[in-house]
Amino acid sequence: MDLLNAFITLANFVIVPAIAYGSQLALGALGVTLIYGILRFSNFAHGDTMAFGTMITILITWLFQSWGLSLGVFPTALLALPFGIAGCALFVLMTDRAVYRFYRVQKAKPVILVIVSMGVMFIMNGVVRFIIGPDDHAFGDGERFIISARTFREMTGLQEGLAIRTSTGITVITAIIVVAILFWFLNKTRTGKSMRAYSDNEDLALLSGINPERVVMVTWIIVAALATVAGTLYGLDKSFKAFTYFQLLLPIFASAIVGGLGSPVGAIAGGFIIAFSEVLVTYAWKKVLVYALPDGIGPDGLAQLLSTDYKFAVSFLILLIVLLFRPTGLFKGKSV
Amino acid sequence: MIKVDNVVKTFGGFRAVDGASLEIRQGAITGLIGPNGAGKTTLFNVIAGVLTPTSGKVTMMGEDITGLPPHTLFHKGLLRTFQIAHEFGSMTCRENLMMVPGNQSGETLWNTWFGRRRIADEERALRAKADEVMEFLTIGHLADQKASQISGGQKKLLELGRTMMVDAKIVFLDEVGAGVNRTLLNTIGDAIVQLNKERGYTFVVIEHDMDFIGRLCDPVICMAEGKVLAQGTLAEIKANEQVIEAYLGTGLKNKDMVGA
Repeated sequence: MDLLNAFITLANFVIVPAIAYGSQLALGALGVTLIYGILRFSNFAHGDTMAFGTMITILITWLFQSWGLSLGVFPTALLALPFGIAGCALFVLMTDRAVYRFYRVQKAKPVILVIVSMGVMFIMNGVVRFIIGPDDHAFGDGERFIISARTFREMTGLQEGLAIRTSTGITVITAIIVVAILFWFLNKTRTGKSMRAYSDNEDLALLSGINPERVVMVTWIIVAALATVAGTLYGLDKSFKAFTYFQLLLPIFASAIVGGLGSPVGAIAGGFIIAFSEVLVTYAWKKVLVYALPDGIGPDGLAQLLSTDYKFAVSFLILLIVLLFRPTGLFKGKSV
Repeated sequence: MIKVDNVVKTFGGFRAVDGASLEIRQGAITGLIGPNGAGKTTLFNVIAGVLTPTSGKVTMMGEDITGLPPHTLFHKGLLRTFQIAHEFGSMTCRENLMMVPGNQSGETLWNTWFGRRRIADEERALRAKADEVMEFLTIGHLADQKASQISGGQKKLLELGRTMMVDAKIVFLDEVGAGVNRTLLNTIGDAIVQLNKERGYTFVVIEHDMDFIGRLCDPVICMAEGKVLAQGTLAEIKANEQVIEAYLGTGLKNKDMVGA
C-alpha cells in the first residue's frame, strides 16, 4: 500500500487534466450562458464561434512564427490571441447584423432563434473548414512542461511522476484572470449593470432609456472574447480540429444547463462538474488502485468504468439527473 | 403637448384601440378611465413606443413620434410605468434607480477602461440623486434591499422614483394604485401633485379608484371598446350617459358586446 504514489498518479492523470478541461468548459459555458441570459436563446453556433476565433488565432500565430516572433517559453498563440478575439468579435457582430437582428426586430420566439443559430452554426462550420481545412493542427510552441514527470521523480524520489504541462498552467491562470475580469465587469461597471438590467427585465430596461442595440453589441463582443480564449486554450492543450470544436458544444451546453442557464457562477461550477465526472468515469483506475489497496488485492483488469468513446454520455447522464431533480440547474438559472 | 390622432391597434382581428383621438394638455394631470379591456393600456403602449400602431399618428409638441422605440422616447422626456410593477430584481433599490438615465458615459466599452474618473464623478452624482428620490418617496430605508424583496406597494413607489431620476416632460402612470393600500396611495398621490407643481411634470394616469382620480385629475378622459367616449371633469364624466352605459352595460345597441 502506497497512498502517496496513489495520490500522485491520481493527480497526474485525473486532477490536473480535469482542472484544465474544466476551465475550458467553464469559459465556453460562460459564453453560452451570457447569450442565453441577455439575448434569450441557446446559441448552437457557440462551438463553431470558438473554432472560428481559434482559427484566426492560429493563422496569426503562424504569421508570427514565420516572422520569427515568439514569447520565449510561452506559446506564440498568446501573442496572437488579441487578434483572434478582434477577428472573432468582428465576424460575430457581422453575423448579428446580417442574421440575428432581423429576428430580434421581429421579436421572434426563442425557439426560432435556436434554429437560426443552428443555421449559423453550419455556415461557420463550413467557413472554418474552408479556410483552415478539416485536419488536425497543433500550434503550441515554447516550453512544453512546467514540471515534467522525470524532473518530478528526481525532485521527490517517488516512483510516480507528476507532469504539469505549460498549456495546463496557462489554461488555469488565463481562466482565472478572464473570469475575474468578467465578474468585475458585470457587477461593478455601468455597462455590465446595463447588461444585467436587460437580462432581468427587458421592457423595463428599454423604458429606463437603455439602448438595446448597445447592450447586444457589448454582449456579442464579450462572448466572442470568451469563445476565442476558451477555444485557443483547448487547442493549445490538445489540438485544433474543426469537428472537435463542434462536438465540444455538447459538454459546454451540459455545463451551462447543469449550473443553471443564465447564471455565470453556475456555468463555472457546471464546467468543472462535467469535466471531473467525464475524466473520473473514463479513467483506468488500475494503477491508482494497485497503489492504494493492500498488496495482492489490486485489480487485474483496467478498472475503467467506461471507454473514452462514451465520454459524452457522461455529460448527458449528469444533465438528465440534474434536470430531473433541479430543473433550473444547481445555481438557480432562469427559463425563457 | 401629446396629440393622439385616430390611432388603431389590432391584434389579429381584435381591435384593441379603435380610432382613438385625444389631446393631453401640458402641465395637467389627466386621468384615463374606462372599464377593463377598454384599450387604455394598449393606447399607453402605443404612445410609449412599446407597440407600433396599425394606423394613426402620435405627436409630441408637434413632432411625429409614432413608432419610435421606447429608449428614444425616454430621452425625449416621455416616461411610463407599468400596471404590474417591474423592477430589476437582482439589484438593490438604489441600483435600480441609478440604472435610469440612459446614455451614461460608463456605457461604452471604451470608457469602462479609459474614462474611469468621469464615470466615478457621474456615479457619485447619481447616487446622491437616487438617495434623495428615495427619501422623498419615504423608501429611504430600503436603499440597500434587493428590489425583488420589497412589497408590491413599495415597488410602485420605486417605479415612480424612476421617473424622478431624470427631468421628464410627461409621465404615463399605469394603475399606480392597483394593489396598494390607502395610506401608500395617498403618499403616491401627494408625490404626483408635488412633482406636477414643483417640477412641471405632465401626468397621464390610468386608475380605477375614482376618489383618487377625483382628487388629482382634471381633465378626465373615458375610454371604452377602444374609442374615446368622453372628456371633461370627473363630475361631467360621471353624468355622461354613454359612460354610464359603458360601465354598467345597460342599453347598449349590441347586447353581445356587454361585458367587453
